[in-house]
Amino acid sequence: MMVQKLVVIGAGMASGRVLEHLFEDMPGAYDVTLFGAEPRGNYNRIMLSPVLSGEKTYEDIVTHDAAWYDANAVTCRFGETVTRIDRARKVVVSAKGETPYDKLLIATGSAPFMIPIAGRDLPGVMAYRDLDDTNAMVAASAKPGAKAVVIGGGLLGLEAAAGQRLRGMEVVVLHLMGHLMERQLDPAAGYLLQKDLERRGIHVHCKAQTKAILGNGKVEAVLLDDGTVYDADIVVMAVGIRPETRIATDAHLEVERGIVVSDQMITSDPDILAVGECVQHDGQLFGLVAPLYDMAKVAAKTLTAEAAAFRPQQTSTKLKVTGVDLFSAGDFAEGEGREEIVFRDPSRGVYKRLVLQDNRLIGAVIYGDTADGNWFFGLIKDKTDIAEMRETLIFGPAYQGGASADPMAAVAALPPEAEICGCNGVCKGKITEAIAGGATTLEAVRARTKASSSCGSCTGLVEQVLAVTLGDAYAAPAVKPMCPCTDLTHEDVRRLIKSQALKSMPAVMQELGWKTSCGCHSCRPALNFYLLADWPLEYRDDRQSRFVNERNHANIQKDGTYSVVPRMWGGVTSARELRAIADAADKYNVPMVKVTGGQRIDLLGVKKEDLPAMWADLNAAGMVSGHAYSKGLRTVKTCVGTEFCRFGTQDSTGLGIKLEKLLWGAWTPHKVKLGVSGCPRNCAEATCKDVGVVCVDSGYEIGVAGAAGMEVKATELLAKATTEPETIEIITAFVQLYRENARYLDRPWKWVAKVGLPWVQATVVDDLAARRALVERFEISQSVYRKDPWAEHARPEDRADWAPLADLTLEAAE
Amino acid sequence: MTTWIDIGSVVQIPRRGARVVKTAHGCVAVFRTHDDRIFALDDRCPHKGGPLSEGIVHGTRVTCPLHNLVLDLETGLATGEDQGRVATHPARLEGGRILLDATLLAKRSAA
Ligand code: SRM
Ligand SMILES: Cc1cc2nc3c(=O)[nH]c(=O)nc-3n(C[C@H](O)[C@H](O)[C@H](O)COP(=O)(O)OP(=O)(O)OC[C@H]3O[C@@H](n4cnc5c(N)ncnc54)[C@H](O)[C@@H]3O)c2cc1C
Ligand code: SF4
Ligand code: FES
Repeated sequence: MMVQKLVVIGAGMASGRVLEHLFEDMPGAYDVTLFGAEPRGNYNRIMLSPVLSGEKTYEDIVTHDAAWYDANAVTCRFGETVTRIDRARKVVVSAKGETPYDKLLIATGSAPFMIPIAGRDLPGVMAYRDLDDTNAMVAASAKPGAKAVVIGGGLLGLEAAAGQRLRGMEVVVLHLMGHLMERQLDPAAGYLLQKDLERRGIHVHCKAQTKAILGNGKVEAVLLDDGTVYDADIVVMAVGIRPETRIATDAHLEVERGIVVSDQMITSDPDILAVGECVQHDGQLFGLVAPLYDMAKVAAKTLTAEAAAFRPQQTSTKLKVTGVDLFSAGDFAEGEGREEIVFRDPSRGVYKRLVLQDNRLIGAVIYGDTADGNWFFGLIKDKTDIAEMRETLIFGPAYQGGASADPMAAVAALPPEAEICGCNGVCKGKITEAIAGGATTLEAVRARTKASSSCGSCTGLVEQVLAVTLGDAYAAPAVKPMCPCTDLTHEDVRRLIKSQALKSMPAVMQELGWKTSCGCHSCRPALNFYLLADWPLEYRDDRQSRFVNERNHANIQKDGTYSVVPRMWGGVTSARELRAIADAADKYNVPMVKVTGGQRIDLLGVKKEDLPAMWADLNAAGMVSGHAYSKGLRTVKTCVGTEFCRFGTQDSTGLGIKLEKLLWGAWTPHKVKLGVSGCPRNCAEATCKDVGVVCVDSGYEIGVAGAAGMEVKATELLAKATTEPETIEIITAFVQLYRENARYLDRPWKWVAKVGLPWVQATVVDDLAARRALVERFEISQSVYRKDPWAEHARPEDRADWAPLADLTLEAAE
Repeated sequence: MTTWIDIGSVVQIPRRGARVVKTAHGCVAVFRTHDDRIFALDDRCPHKGGPLSEGIVHGTRVTCPLHNLVLDLETGLATGEDQGRVATHPARLEGGRILLDATLLAKRSAA
């Protein structure tokens, strides 16, 4: 038989495999010429990350060395790029001339995608694809204190970040999406990963939209859309890859997103095969090696005229960062007929989520304890019926066919020396002793042993020990959980958010063992408030967790229209403002204009799509949102006071305006309304407000905790102040204390009844240092929130978001 | 055979949110879940007609903004003890584009 000429373009992972199979299946069948653009032979590209981090060297990852090429008589043309394929004459063209082929194998891999932004051509901006890139990063790390910015928080970007960090660089990861590796991980696992990376000193910035790369002659910094600037000595873009198809396209082979191949890995030209990341099979592209190795097997068979067909299989993902344990496989989106099993062990940072359909496992995301990952992956690939082991599936293979995995039984089986409370080092024996000694409630056990009195994450375990030890005699505490997503109360959650420094919604849900993947309408608004109140600078408001009124900055009406209430500071307005309101009422056909009980004007019946334009008009006349819709400061009702009234003792109007200008925009557990009356005749009804000031000759009487809604109750005296600044300081401190402590949807009167007025007085009146600290924290929060939401949403470029996504009424009429 | 109409890109709807599509016979709410699944339901709550597109979206459910009825996006059925059902419509995502069933519109204009 005549020896045929096989030319291979690309000395990468896929072509290396093809050649191995080929020489094994039919040695000597082909005379092989191997072109590689890189000045080196085939190596294990996926191990570049350990090379970057210093855990391996390049020599460790070479897959085929000179001896191997020799033994198989491969003509190596490394460092030589193929620039053209001449199909008519069956030759490939490179800088050194033409090389004829009988069969051609294209294995050109992928090209990294570079985002087309200003500065991307600056020296120091690079991708992460080959050994040269890796070496460039290692070289950059030589400078002490060198800074790296990695754009892209996917698999590649994170490996680049972790490797550079291990080389001692300061590393920032910019990621466009809300959580890391969003294609492989759900938000909960993404959160755990972020925490792990941050613990290693890598700064992660999600929802980061890169605007430009800055620098003079070389890269110096990266600028984000929100104005953030990160200094950088090197910028690594790892935002995605595209199949490297240029020579195939030029040769008029069929190319869509990748080079189109059949099940036999043959392109539209019967003498040309293609394998690896450059191909498209059955509409699908590939980015991991497992399917490429299958392609390689098939291509070798096709070259030796044996029947074989490529069938893409499931792939699983692991991140190769030492010490980070994550695994994901299959399809883990929620879906019709799908069920999920979620297991969280906050103390160990473990999260597992299995997705089932028709008694088969179809997807798995695991973080923290991936030992069972491959077992789950096997169940997915084999489509094993798991009906029999459903109850214990999540605990892994160790639990199958063995003892029951009832958690109570597990606790009962724990030896006395097993640790229950990690914070305080309390073992099970100590707790059972305390129980034997008469501690029959959680509180009593807490008091005697300190178990579960610190971070509280072992509370469930302590309760199980109580239940197991006491049997029926144990009455679980009748606390009302926040909502069906958790067993914790609002108070517990608020305490844990502070004590464990939980700063995002996925953090709360993971660390506190939420039972659902993304909460519900009841817990999400509450969590959103708790987080923004406790971490005003770190937490970003989550609009999708807000009730419609706070999301749309207007009150929804029963027919789906909205009402618009501009602020009238202290109830004072002007001819100019009234004119603007009248104009808006005309322009937007407002069906009703009404004076409210809160001393301002309500425009009712406005269409949603008109809101931004109307706000812009009102803004132009100097008016801002009245927050008539928010759990926040509503109105400060005033009377005319010394300015005009013959009985007035102080400037009640002026004080009311000052208070409103100070407090507006702040989010609170429930709405907050103030009143300031100029004398005890109390025309501003200050004595039934959340906070009410009654001016007297000697100064200001500050009352709090009044109510005039479903409940009617007079205020209680918090303090008497002699000056206006003191009055303002005490009121600000009171509002901040309420923000930091009350449970969501408790008005101040309810909250004060729970904590007691004396404690409130001691904190905001008597303890000057505490008062000042509260005021300071309030100001920090206001630096973020004292802004007009209308102005933020009235921008012309955002207006389309307020209108329907599409209007098909016209098309249907045609 | 289903004819699909492209009504926009998935990024135009926030995750855990919805947008409205106007049709000749009423609005359809198109939802996007936290894990990027798309559902289309009539934008009228079976209770008193509340705009479901303005509700809080959690998992594959939406809570009506007017009186908190919780509806399942897959079946259109009220959950828990509540009664009621809202019409659901075929919708799918392809290459980042949202597609609605065109017969929905035809049916509506014929009605
Ligand atoms: C517009 C207004 C009635 C009016 O025409 O005067 C009004 C209208 C509504 N009130 Fe009110 N309240 C209005 C003054 C009051 C007052 C009197 C006052 O502020 O001096 C009270 C009693 C004091 C108080 O706040 O408790 C009042 C007690 C309530 C309550 C009962 C609160 C409670 O804790 O018992 C609710 C229900 C709630 O908040 O959960 C409520 C809820 C509502 C809502 C937001 C109902 C809703 O959720 O849709 C109404 C919105 C209508 C709209 O679209 O604008 N409204 N509401 C008043 C707006 C004042 C403003 O300028 O912001
Ligand atoms: C840092 C890193 C980590 C990774 N980690 C993993 C992992 O953990 N798991 C996993 O499954 N996958 C991982 N991958 C992906 C994996 O490496 C790729 O899927 C695989 O290398 C693709 O193989 P290939 O042969 O198609 O392309 P490549 O391995 O890229 O080889 C293509 C070769 O062709 C050359 N070439 C291109 N055009 C021409 C031309 N015209 N003439 C001559 N030569 C040309 C290129 O220079 C290149 O050397 C990782 C990738 C990187 C970069
Ligand atoms: S009293 Fe308030 S909540 Fe009740 S109908 Fe009137 S405006 Fe609406
Ligand atoms: S209209 Fe939806 S719950 Fe009432």
